Amino acid sequence: MNLKLKIWRQENANSKGGFEEFQMKDVSVDSSFLEMLDQLNYQLEEEGKDPIHFDHDCREGICGMCSLYINGEPHGPTQTTTCQLHMRSFKDGDTIVIEPWRATAFPVVKDLVVDRTSFDNIIQAGGYISVNTGGTTSDANEILIPKEVANEAMDAATCIGCGACVAACKNASAMLFVSAKVSHLGLLPQGKVEAKKRAENMVAQMDAEGFGACTNTGACSAQCPKEISLTNIARLNREYLSAKFTSDNN
Amino acid sequence: MSWLTDTLTSTLGRKVIMSLTGLFLILFLVVHLAGNLQLITDPTGEAFNVYAHTMANNPLIQVVSIGNFFFILLHIITSIMLTMKNKKARGVNYSVGGKSSTWASRNMGALGTVILIFLVVHLKGFWFKSKSGQLEMIEYGGVEYGDLYGVVNAAYSNIWYTLFYVVCMGLMAFHLSHGFQSAFQTLGLNHKKYTPIIKGVGKVFSIVIPIAFAIIPIWMFAQNA
Ligand code: HEM
Ligand code: FES
Repeated sequence: MNLKLKIWRQENANSKGGFEEFQMKDVSVDSSFLEMLDQLNYQLEEEGKDPIHFDHDCREGICGMCSLYINGEPHGPTQTTTCQLHMRSFKDGDTIVIEPWRATAFPVVKDLVVDRTSFDNIIQAGGYISVNTGGTTSDANEILIPKEVANEAMDAATCIGCGACVAACKNASAMLFVSAKVSHLGLLPQGKVEAKKRAENMVAQMDAEGFGACTNTGACSAQCPKEISLTNIARLNREYLSAKFTSDNN
Repeated sequence: MSWLTDTLTSTLGRKVIMSLTGLFLILFLVVHLAGNLQLITDPTGEAFNVYAHTMANNPLIQVVSIGNFFFILLHIITSIMLTMKNKKARGVNYSVGGKSSTWASRNMGALGTVILIFLVVHLKGFWFKSKSGQLEMIEYGGVEYGDLYGVVNAAYSNIWYTLFYVVCMGLMAFHLSHGFQSAFQTLGLNHKKYTPIIKGVGKVFSIVIPIAFAIIPIWMFAQNA
C-alpha cells in the first residue's frame, strides 16, 4: 500500500517543531505500524537524513514504551498499543498524521519521543508497598484474598503506564493512571496499610507535575490499550477524600 | 487547617466543589421551575405575582437565595481555575482533535459560558427590575403586589427574547447531560447497581427540565401573538 505521512519533527524540548511530509511506497499490510516507521527510517538513513525518533521497546504490547498520537488517537485507531497496531487498519492512499503525546508534564525529547519521568515521580510518591526485607516477610499465599478482589486488583494492575490516558484527555489529566495504581495496591491487604498516605501523596505529586483535572469525559478509558475502567477514578476520588479527612497528616 | 486548604485547592478538591455546587444548582432548577409553571397554570398572573411576593419576603428563602448566588459564583470561579490549569496541562494543541468522548463533556466550559450570559440577561431583566422597585403595582383582594407577571409577559411577547431563552435552555440541556452523572463520579459514587440509574435519571432530567423551562416562554409568546 502507498501512504502519505505527516510526522511531527522537533529537534529538542526548546526548539519549535513542525510537520514534515513523507510519501511511503510498497508498505506491507501485514507490517506493524512501528515496522512501517522502521522502513521509513531505513530510507532516510540511506538518504543520509536524520531518522524519525520514536519510543519502543518490547514490541509485544506489555512494556508501555511505545506512544504516538495517530490521526487524533493515542496508539491509533485500534484499542491496542502502537506496537500492536498493524497497517491493515489503514487504507491504501491514506494520509496518516503522527504527533507526540501532548502534555506539559511530558516534554518532547526529540520528534515523537516524550519524557515520561513525571509518571515515575508519581510512582515514587507512593505507588509501591514498603516491604521489610529483614527476614520478617511472609509467604505471599499466606494471606487469603477473595477471587473477586484479586480480579479487580489485577484489572487495575494491567496498566502499563504508557500515558495514552494523558494523551487522550482534553485536560492532559493523569487520573486514570494514578487511579489504576491506587486501586491495584489499595485493594490488596498488603497495600491497604499505606492506602491513605498513598492516595494523598500520589495526587499531590500528580498536581505538582502539572497534569490537568478530570472532567469525566471518559476519553482516557476509551483509548486505554489495557481498557482500565473509570470505576478506578471513582475509587481514587473516594480514597483521596476519605484519606484527606481521616488521615493523621495535617 | 492547612490540610483543608490543601484538599480544597487540589484538582480533586476543586472538582468536589464543582460537583457539590453543580448538584445544588440542579436542585435550584427544580424549585425555580415549579414556581415558573404558575405562569402557565394561571394566565391572569395572580398566582405567579403572589408567589413571587411570598418568596421575596420569606426570610428562609432570602438565606437560600444568598447561598444560591454564592454557589453559582463558586461554581464559575472554580470552573475558571480548573479550565486554566487544564489548558496549561495540554500546552501545545494537537493538530487532529480527539473524538473519543461526548461533545457535551468536551465543551462544559463553553456551555457554562452560555448559561452565564443567559443568567446576566435573565437577572437584569427580571430579578433586578423587581429588586429595584421598577415593578408596576397590582391589587389582589385589597393587598398590593408587584406585577412581575407583567414584566415577564412583556418580555415573552418579543420573539428575540423568546428565541434567546429557548436556545439557552437547549444548551443548558447539554451542560446537564454531562454534568448530572459527572457530579456523582466526582464524589466517588460509582457502583454497578446505582450508576446506570444515575445515568438514566440524568438523561431524563437533562431533557425534561430544560424543555419544561422552554415551554413557558413559547406558550406565553403564542398567547400574545
Ligand atoms: C444552571 C446552572 C448550572 C448547573 C445546574 C451546572 C451544573 C454542573 C454540574 C452538575 C457539573 C458537573 C460537576 C462535576 O463534573 O463533578 C458542572 C460542571 C461544569 N460547569 Fe456547570 N452548572 C451550571 C452553570 C455553569 C456556569 C454558569 C458555568 C461557567 C461559566 C459552568 C461551568 C462548568 C464547567 C467548566 C464544568 C466542568 C468542570 C470540569 O469538570 O472540568 N457551569 N456544572
Ligand atoms: S513497545 Fe512495549 S508496549 Fe509497545
